[in-house]
Amino acid sequence: MTSALSTEHFTATQNACKLCAPLGAALVFKGIANTVPLLHGSQGCSTYIRRYMISHFKEPLDIACSNFGEDTAIFGGGANIKLAIDNIRRQYDPDLIGVATTCLSETIGDDVPMFIRTYQADHRDEDLPALVHVATPSYQGTHMQGFHGAVRALVSALAEPEPAREPTRVNLFAGMVSPADLRALRTIIASFGLTPVLVPDYSDTLNGPLWTEYQRIPEGGTPVAALRQSGAAAASIECGLVLAGAGETAGTWLHENRNVPLHRLGLPIGIRQTDRFFDCLAALSGRPVPEKYTAQRGRLLDALVDGHKHLNGVRAAIFGEEDLVAGLAGYCGELGIVPVLCATGGGDGRFARTIRRVVPAAQHDRMQILEDVDFVDIEKALADMDVDLLIGHSKGYTMARRLKKPLVRVGFPVHDRVDGSRLAHLGYRGAQQLFDRLANTLIEEKQKSNAVGYTYY
Amino acid sequence: MASIPILEERQAQIHQKGSQPFEMDCGKHSLAGSVSQRACVFCGSRVVLYPIADALHLIHGPIGCAAYTWDIRGALSSGPELHRMSFSTDLRERDVIFGGEKKLAAALDELIDQYKPKAAFVYSTCIVGIIGDDVAAVCRQVEKAKGIPVLPVHSEGFKGTKKDGYKAACDAMAKLVGTGATDKIAPVSINILGEFNIGGEAWLIKKYYEEMGVEVVSIMTGDGRVDEIRRSHGAALNVVQCSGALTFLAEMMEETYGIPYIRASYFGIEDMATALYDVAAHFNDHAEVMARTRAIVRREVGAIMPELERIRKDLDGKRAAVYVGGAFKAFSLIKALRHLGMRVVLVGSQTGNASDYATLQDMCEDGTVILDDANPLELSKYIIEKRADLFIGGVKERPIAFKMGIGFCDHNHERKMPLAGFAGMLQFAREVHTSVTSPVWQFVPARAAAMAAGEETP
Repeated sequence: MTSALSTEHFTATQNACKLCAPLGAALVFKGIANTVPLLHGSQGCSTYIRRYMISHFKEPLDIACSNFGEDTAIFGGGANIKLAIDNIRRQYDPDLIGVATTCLSETIGDDVPMFIRTYQADHRDEDLPALVHVATPSYQGTHMQGFHGAVRALVSALAEPEPAREPTRVNLFAGMVSPADLRALRTIIASFGLTPVLVPDYSDTLNGPLWTEYQRIPEGGTPVAALRQSGAAAASIECGLVLAGAGETAGTWLHENRNVPLHRLGLPIGIRQTDRFFDCLAALSGRPVPEKYTAQRGRLLDALVDGHKHLNGVRAAIFGEEDLVAGLAGYCGELGIVPVLCATGGGDGRFARTIRRVVPAAQHDRMQILEDVDFVDIEKALADMDVDLLIGHSKGYTMARRLKKPLVRVGFPVHDRVDGSRLAHLGYRGAQQLFDRLANTLIEEKQKSNAVGYTYY
Repeated sequence: MASIPILEERQAQIHQKGSQPFEMDCGKHSLAGSVSQRACVFCGSRVVLYPIADALHLIHGPIGCAAYTWDIRGALSSGPELHRMSFSTDLRERDVIFGGEKKLAAALDELIDQYKPKAAFVYSTCIVGIIGDDVAAVCRQVEKAKGIPVLPVHSEGFKGTKKDGYKAACDAMAKLVGTGATDKIAPVSINILGEFNIGGEAWLIKKYYEEMGVEVVSIMTGDGRVDEIRRSHGAALNVVQCSGALTFLAEMMEETYGIPYIRASYFGIEDMATALYDVAAHFNDHAEVMARTRAIVRREVGAIMPELERIRKDLDGKRAAVYVGGAFKAFSLIKALRHLGMRVVLVGSQTGNASDYATLQDMCEDGTVILDDANPLELSKYIIEKRADLFIGGVKERPIAFKMGIGFCDHNHERKMPLAGFAGMLQFAREVHTSVTSPVWQFVPARAAAMAAGEETP
């Protein structure tokens, strides 16, 4: 394993395989009902992040900003944040404003929690939106730290103390997954008679229908009231095998401070991790897995058998967010795809361990795991490898094109296809869709390179 | 319909022609919390320098600024493509505490050895000045060691607006201008400034000028090369497109090298023709240039007119909204849309100045909404009120249009086809036509209601 920046030898990051922390936080806030994200810093941060996310989600995506000027950087951002909150309230009338800091406001040392307390004190007689702050300096961690940090900030700021336990309420912290995945998870949990509270849930706000009337804030998202009740849940489920090793998450906070039992599972990708997810829900609800899902699982296994020859022994490189890569690597192991390269731009030390745990031991000596790397590192590693397939987000396209290897697009961002929001990765349906896409991609490659032009495979 | 509130502080940047005395309160820092469509100083610099294809563009700061500007523009290169990569010093916490100079020097050292660029631009992002890095000193040191120009770009995001970023980019380029040999440059010669070769537009335009008998010494910065910029002071005339992005450099070159400049726009038939005729007029002691120009315009216009006429029949009377970065592009688009029979019901820009808005006001019909530094709520409010059939803007404006079922034409940096030049005008017309005439609009709830009420025809 190499870590590009773990030594004294400094090196530049070329074509990053990660994004900055405020993006993750902004995405989380987009998944709370009637909420406006506010980035405390310069105008560019919010505009760039909007542009980047709009290219994927293809939805209006308003993110406010406190518009630092030169004076602000000298005197601090207190006045700007106040003005920004005032203007957001007047324009959007939100239930919540999610404030994420940028590297600028963090570096000058703005005390945002104090600014928020002052604002609340100055407006104590008004019906204020909830104001939640998360520290997201982009020099500390990636967009995933921003994402998980914002989820934790929301529950720790809002979960009311000493709630009456609600035996069917389940908090789900699924991580950075697609709107289609969020929708699937919500439906799965509800099918056990449980009441799911997804934090965040941007399945409607970032994948909604056309509008008849203009919506200042797109409809959908987890209501602030549900966040306030998150301490009343019978359990929390937190997805992500890498995240499961993190000390301070939304799940651990609710466990430690509101006594909500925490189940730390992998992302439900593939057979085993999805089985574990369903087993957990069955145990929590005391109900068996609904027939609809056993049928889905049955059809999936049937498809796996029908198409197994297309995938067994195929060599794949997987890149992207730690937990998505870990989940996909595990699924690849189940299909016989050898994940010869697992790479992430993040790097918290748990990635390599996790990958080795989910991939069959027999494949370990053929597998390279790279943490805290960029696309130039990844491409360099692939130059000496014989891979059939790349699995990752669309920023890997440049590399795939040069290597002349097919890229199966997953996760975020997918800037070069129309279906980024609709891609399913999770549950048996997600596993089915992934399997179909992987197998079809390989068949298409065979057809392209085959001289006979078979019309059947 | 729930009314969309407009902030009081924003009222002076929103006008409806004919309804009140017109005085645009523009050129201001964006209002906190307003959700401006603008970016920052860094963005301004990055946009201008991005297409220089044989230079290293190193972004000094945490990862975000580099990640979000990796290969995001259709600025084509006929040779090297170093500009399509993203380089960052990727500052971490300890760099913020102990300073990032060592890391910057090491990154430059490594990248210059690896990619052998002709020059390096080092962009400062927000925190660089605050942590006290002396970027200029590092650049001088590396320049000496490596023997290529290493140019600091003072583009800290919060230090002004996007326009200040343009200026910072021009300041950096100004250090290159005048350092190359100018022998063998013809007396009838120009630099094309403010043309970024999106979808190959600069190539189209260069071809017209060359056919006129005008040598194009450099294009700044489309399909840009460091050596061409270095010798650009040998040209007889600067032709400047784009509101202001490269005007700073043109002014500097006029002052230092006595090179006059004229403005141009390459969008739409009239403006494209004017851009050629103005250059021909400048070289009026070469009569053959004007004669050739007339022939080119006649030929090119003749080639596109039949299809434009057919497209116009479908678009006649449709309503368009335009929101772009620079006001100059808006001028051209208004004229181009008129050519297609369309009416402009909303027009705005991120960076227009008072005289730009006065011009816009003169060009527009009564009732047209004119905005400066607008936000999504304002744009939505007025495209709905004005019942636009088409919105012209960039990626951030696209979903605003689509959610309400309004056609869209991307006229920003992400476009992949040339919309400039005569051939580009035809592409533009086809783009607009493809969107506006799609049958999907009949299923859009907001428009289906209007159609049912007889307010709109399918």
